[in-house]
Amino acid sequence: MRSLKSASLILDDGTIFRGKSFGYDKSVSGEVVFNTAMTGYPESLTDPSYKGQLLAFTYPIIGNYGVPANDFVDKLSKFYESESIHVKAVIISDYSFEYSHWNADKTLAQWLQEEKITGIFDIDTRALTKHLRERGSMTGKIVIEGCDDVEIEDPNDINLVAEASCKEVIEYGAGSKRVVMVDCGVKHNIVRCLLKRNVSVIRVPWDYDYSHINYDGLFITNGPGNPDFCNATVENIRKTIADNSKPIFGICMGNHLLAKASGATTYKLKYGHRGHNQPVREVGTQRCYITTQNHGFAVDESTLGSDWTPLFINMNDNTNEGIRHKTRPYFSAQFHPEASSGPTDAEVLFDDFVKLL
Amino acid sequence: MALDIKKFNKVLLLGSGALKIGEAGEFDYSGSQALKAMKEEGIKTVLINPNIATVQTSEGVADKIYFLPVTPYFVERVIEKERPDGILLAFGGQTALNCGVKLYETGVLEKYNIQVLGTPVQAIMDTEDRELFVKKLDEIDVKTIKSVAVNSVEDAHKAAQELGYPVIIRAAYALGGLGSGFCDNEEQLRVLGEKALSFSPQILVEKSLKGWKEIEYEVVRDRYDNCITVCNMENFDPLGIHTGESIVVAPTQTLTNSECQKLRELAIRIVRHVGIVGECNVQFAFDTDSEDYRVIEVNARLSRSSALASKATGYPLAFVAAKIGLGYGLAELKNSVTKTTPAFFEPAIDYIVCKIPRWDLGKFQGVDRELGSSMKSVGEVMSIGRTFEEAIQKGLRMIGQGMHGFVENKELVIPDIDKALHAPTDKRIFVISKAFRQGYTIDQIHELTKIDRWFLQRLYNIIETANELETYNKVADVPEELLRLAKKQGFSDFQIARACLKEQMTGTEEAILEVRNHRKSLGITPVVKQIDTLAAEYPAQTNYLYLSYNGVENDVDYKGDKRSVIVLGSGAYRIGSSVEFDWCSVNALTTVRKEGWRSVMINYNPETVSTDYDMCDRLYFDELTFERVMDIIELENPHGVILSVGGQIPNNLATRLDAQNVNILGTSAYDVDHAEDRHKFSSMLDDLGIDQPRWRELTSLDDIYDFVAEVGYPVLVRPSYVLSGAAMNVCSNNTELEMFLKLAANVSKQHPVVVSEFIQNAKEIEMDAVARDGEILLYAISEHIEFAGVHSGDATIQFPPQKLYVETMRRIKKIAGQIAQALHISGPFNIQFLAKNNDIKVIECNLRASRSFPFVSKVLKINFIELATRVMMGLPVEKPAKNAFDLDYVGIKASQFSFSRLQKADPVLGVDMASTGEVGCIGDDTSEAVLKSILSVGYRIPEKNILLSTGGAKQKAALLDAARTLHEKGYNLYATGGSHQYLNENGIPAVRVYWPTEADKEPQALQMLHDKQIDLVVNIPKNLTAAELSNGYKIRRAAIDFNIPLITNARLADAFIHAFCSMSEDEIQIKSWDEYK
Repeated sequence: MRSLKSASLILDDGTIFRGKSFGYDKSVSGEVVFNTAMTGYPESLTDPSYKGQLLAFTYPIIGNYGVPANDFVDKLSKFYESESIHVKAVIISDYSFEYSHWNADKTLAQWLQEEKITGIFDIDTRALTKHLRERGSMTGKIVIEGCDDVEIEDPNDINLVAEASCKEVIEYGAGSKRVVMVDCGVKHNIVRCLLKRNVSVIRVPWDYDYSHINYDGLFITNGPGNPDFCNATVENIRKTIADNSKPIFGICMGNHLLAKASGATTYKLKYGHRGHNQPVREVGTQRCYITTQNHGFAVDESTLGSDWTPLFINMNDNTNEGIRHKTRPYFSAQFHPEASSGPTDAEVLFDDFVKLL
Repeated sequence: MALDIKKFNKVLLLGSGALKIGEAGEFDYSGSQALKAMKEEGIKTVLINPNIATVQTSEGVADKIYFLPVTPYFVERVIEKERPDGILLAFGGQTALNCGVKLYETGVLEKYNIQVLGTPVQAIMDTEDRELFVKKLDEIDVKTIKSVAVNSVEDAHKAAQELGYPVIIRAAYALGGLGSGFCDNEEQLRVLGEKALSFSPQILVEKSLKGWKEIEYEVVRDRYDNCITVCNMENFDPLGIHTGESIVVAPTQTLTNSECQKLRELAIRIVRHVGIVGECNVQFAFDTDSEDYRVIEVNARLSRSSALASKATGYPLAFVAAKIGLGYGLAELKNSVTKTTPAFFEPAIDYIVCKIPRWDLGKFQGVDRELGSSMKSVGEVMSIGRTFEEAIQKGLRMIGQGMHGFVENKELVIPDIDKALHAPTDKRIFVISKAFRQGYTIDQIHELTKIDRWFLQRLYNIIETANELETYNKVADVPEELLRLAKKQGFSDFQIARACLKEQMTGTEEAILEVRNHRKSLGITPVVKQIDTLAAEYPAQTNYLYLSYNGVENDVDYKGDKRSVIVLGSGAYRIGSSVEFDWCSVNALTTVRKEGWRSVMINYNPETVSTDYDMCDRLYFDELTFERVMDIIELENPHGVILSVGGQIPNNLATRLDAQNVNILGTSAYDVDHAEDRHKFSSMLDDLGIDQPRWRELTSLDDIYDFVAEVGYPVLVRPSYVLSGAAMNVCSNNTELEMFLKLAANVSKQHPVVVSEFIQNAKEIEMDAVARDGEILLYAISEHIEFAGVHSGDATIQFPPQKLYVETMRRIKKIAGQIAQALHISGPFNIQFLAKNNDIKVIECNLRASRSFPFVSKVLKINFIELATRVMMGLPVEKPAKNAFDLDYVGIKASQFSFSRLQKADPVLGVDMASTGEVGCIGDDTSEAVLKSILSVGYRIPEKNILLSTGGAKQKAALLDAARTLHEKGYNLYATGGSHQYLNENGIPAVRVYWPTEADKEPQALQMLHDKQIDLVVNIPKNLTAAELSNGYKIRRAAIDFNIPLITNARLADAFIHAFCSMSEDEIQIKSWDEYK
């Protein structure tokens, strides 16, 4: 038997799950959320939208195919969704100490240790998920045997977008059309999806005033935490809408911020949508998509401005999954058409956007 | 916007017929679901399926049921009569699909204006015809395995040279890989190519991708073009082993997200392009060193994999596919587990399932045990766990071949481990275990097997834990943490006991209970988890459950109200136990539920209806071992447990559960033991003055000779320890006896042999009955067409009997009454008798439902199981007034053999069972019922040429009348030496043909078979001499390999010949079940 440090996951309501440490030995706190995807842990861990969260995978066996190397090509990670791991900790049931894959560079544990990220396994993740489903997402902490304890903090109390966003302007590609990308914590695959369509991308910080830039379309990315912290971005979008009618496309946080720019409000979902199997319908049509999702907040449809209308709806719980402007080329999706990880069905939205440019 | 849904009034569903290798219980499940979907819409349903033991052919499932062959001829006649406006082709396997394609091609569907529901026939044809398929996929830039379609062996060789060996050969339009295989060189190609051509006019030569991963996707598409993939699955065994022969896990374990999405996107692209409406399976070959892939095949219908995917995820594929066929969109249907979210979603799994095939190769003489591209397994299990180790160890116990998991099994004798790893047989997984124990590394085993290292690493974890457990000699000494780890890795109490106690483990039961009590005292018990399709994201309204040690909390809130009645199911389908026990289990559950009790099922067979979570109130998809059943009983705290409807597996638990004070409903464990224990049963018969064939349990050859001197040859020999081959045998002389006992079995004090007198030319009679407190309430007596000596599971059975003396029937009833009383039977039972003249002997008595319960229930139209269940639950019952003498019709149950899939096996029937399925048909007289049933198991009425080699003198005489009839009917008879002479002497003209040993003479029997000049072969084995066996074997095997109907029993041949000579196919009446009153 392996000798491993024992570790506990302690939820804000006092519930305790006991397991063992397999990552970096450091006690941490954050918001505990679950993801129902069965593959894609390297992508999820590097997804900036998970910033500040202790991420539980409902799929019990994790680490099977190891972790690919963090290779960069043209300022983009080849296999990851950003430069580093963003979750604060990983919570799983059964960890694969050994992996098998031609493209793997190291084990998940090695990677967590390198990036100083906590990992706990041997947890009844199903019991945890049911708990979160019934009581709603909550904060919690992982305490590792022999490590200093920590206070439970709520990451939603701080501006996570500011942390996840780039700090300066980065340009990608040499496509004929130019898209300004407001980076709230972008996943690299969004950039790849645009580049693939012969678009050049100007990635700017979340609160950057891009009005002086010459561009063909505006893109608002995904990002972590509470959209209410992003008033600066919302103001910029409002100005843009007032100034011109260049196409706008938003994803996830982008959907929140575009909605807010239209005057709508957002609210926190009980336990969010995180997984690869969320069904979404294009409003007024029979077109349905299986989508990747990762969000804890949703747009309150009833508060949408009169020029706006819902574009997509979640078929499980009827929450908003996207909006569009009734007359102008503005639209956004709450889900992730860039997938990675997850199903690629909705990638056509990038085609739709690029056609508008 | 939603399209209008066309209203159908009456829909015809084609079933898959008898269970056979490659086409088994999964289609009872699929068909039942489709019928349920139709019923919900108020559509009238007509079902054609001769498989009388299925759930779908039960009262109330379809409006009209025809027990007729699923062939274009009969289906057209049913269409003519019933005039349906829709037809479902996707729910009855390849049989239904092929039949449907024929009906389409011949214009029958158009003629009667019948719409095919779901995937259009053209799309089916595009996927079935290799060439069209490749072209179709080329259009969307999807890579297929480069394959060349040829019509001759010469062209096949040319193609193989171009592609480069090794190649794989496939027969087009064939069931589950029939007639396919790998060829490393020209010689192998010529042999295989010829065989494949006998099944299909077209064969395909492909480059072999041995060693690649094999991945499957189950895709659903509706008419709005919305698609989902319900499940992906990964084969543990690499490409080269048929997916039906491979251990399969779901979801995939070794694929990254990018790989999964790539294949998912391809699968959807294919399904859209082909135009599937409903369900479809896409199989991929996937490179192990890149993201390169090839599409292997697409099944445009429900399949074994789709049944597995349904059970693995809780997503009812067949039900949804049927609704889509009616025009519904996925978004318009509900998820049947949550009942709130839509059916348009992809299940998120939070466990791993493991499918393991069940082989029964030991039942066949001479069969090739090597696994390859053709399917040989007869059943499968699905195990569920939250670690791979847990799932695989559960599964290895479930297959029921005496194994306790991956480790701590009886030592296997493997002369050459390298070879056994490289050329896998049905024992492959246990060879891996042995190899690890002998010091092979993961890399070495990977090199030899090409099994992904991840699986091997996980298996090695089990070995490491076993090694650690083995360092302790007492169960109490094992550290708690290690014990917990072992349980999390799926170790049974038995495995833990054996690891600790090693050779000192004498009393198995005590040791198991010691581990059980010890771990319970430490609080190490399993938890119950739900399968809910959404990984706990939404609450489930159903109780589809499994147990795991990898968890801390039960998903079920146990009330302890004692309102549960647990029914134990029948486990993996195997030779001797299949869909009939599923029918029994389902009927018991239905009765329990109807009476207001909580019906609880334990079973682990993904091919069944009983493991459908809406058939009962709680379904435990888990083991039927003593340990697991006790775990569940301790959680459920039930009113009682029913052991007598799931065949022998639950029946065997009676004594052990009774010892734990479990309330067994029905006949007591004490009495069950008295029927099961040969000695106790025998002395009871003696006390009652009931005759039985003389028998003795013996421990030396000398004792056997003494016994033979007393009773005379032939004798039936049943060793308790079998080295190879059949578990029992009939021996006619000293030579045979010695040969069998020395070569195949062991005789010693530890391994006694049971020798019984074998009565020749005796009739075999069965009684299926239900008794209450020792009084028979309901019974059915049926007779075998064949004489005793053919296993009752292989025999052709007639009910009600047409040729029994009234005296015989009366005496059988009386004897059964005495036995029922002596054993205080309350519930179902079955007794087998031998009758010669009016001399009646009892062979066997089982205090449980038998294989023939659905058959007699459906022919008599009284549900034996419903009555038995009511008896067992202590509910009031009335003695049914109806009896078999009132029936104006006859039922015949005939057996289905799968020899064509079992390369090299001798297709001869004996005392051990070899059939994989059965049909039951009803006719106005014996001939009509025989003809319907024999045609239903795949025979054809011969056109003109019949080959006879009719065995010994008695059989020759028995077939003389039939031969004369054939001659009079204008058939050409061909006969081998002795038979030819006998026919001539009796004035029946026949052409002499020669045996393979008479090589220099013409015409050669083998050549004629090869040239397809023979339409029916009657080959009755004469004796067991080497030359006779070899000659006969070659003829029999050639008949099978060239797909020519073969009969090896004189009585059955006689019945079949008289049937088709007395009436033609068009004289067969097309009557539904309810028309037989």
